Amino acid sequence: MNALYSHGVPLSYYLLLSALLFALGVVGFLIKRNLITVFMSIELMLNAVNLSFVTFAHQWHAVKGQIFVFFVMMVAAAEAAVGLAIIIAIFRARATLAVDRIDLMKL
Amino acid sequence: MHLILFFVFAGFCLAGAINLLLQSHPINSALSLIVVMTSLAVLYLMLGAEFLAAAQVIVYAGAIMVLFIFVVMLLNAGREERTLGSHAARAVGFPAVVAILAVIATVIVKAQDLGIAKLGEGLTNAPDSTNIETLSKVLFTELLLPFEVTSVLILIAILGAVALASRDEERQAGK
Repeated sequence: MNALYSHGVPLSYYLLLSALLFALGVVGFLIKRNLITVFMSIELMLNAVNLSFVTFAHQWHAVKGQIFVFFVMMVAAAEAAVGLAIIIAIFRARATLAVDRIDLMKL
Repeated sequence: MHLILFFVFAGFCLAGAINLLLQSHPINSALSLIVVMTSLAVLYLMLGAEFLAAAQVIVYAGAIMVLFIFVVMLLNAGREERTLGSHAARAVGFPAVVAILAVIATVIVKAQDLGIAKLGEGLTNAPDSTNIETLSKVLFTELLLPFEVTSVLILIAILGAVALASRDEERQAGK
């Protein structure tokens, strides 16, 4: 309760928010049946991890924590471009986006 | 004030993330993901990461989500079918998610030496350096090689995306 009077936000709140967002991303990855939405859930998880990077960078005054978030953003951009191209290729081959129907490699 | 701002935008974040799960149309999910990313940018601002807040809006909420919405419209993706999904995901996945979340939350709550974020507090306590200055000094001296390597990564990603998304007929016509 000390935090309420000192007009700041405890960093554990940020970390809890990050954990909640990550869990929601995992749940989305599990329950969504559309390939694009599954991919969006992955982006949500990446964002949640970025938030905890920024929080820890603030905690330890570490410049490299923020730079790492910058690198994660660049890799996420590359990943989104390649991932969406793969989705387009899958849609051309199978004419569906439902993950249940894309079961060629299923045992 | 800071606390109110945090709760408002954390609420936006969580509401957007839950809405992403509940919506059945991909375009609605994409729009709620934009809400999540923009409110995360505000949270970055409150943590003293001005450059990352700008980059979050430009790269994530701007570029990546435009790409997503473009693909949703290009493939004319409709409502997703409600299927039961795999039983393994329901039986093992959700308890595992809840368990991991509980463990992480316990660790975070028990951690005693976490500080408090105050508004206007920067990354370093140096008086005359902005966030961008501090970041770029490290990025362009110590971490110059990784930075340049990512440009190669982006180039390869672009080439890969073009190669994957091009039609077979076009590829044969090019030969």
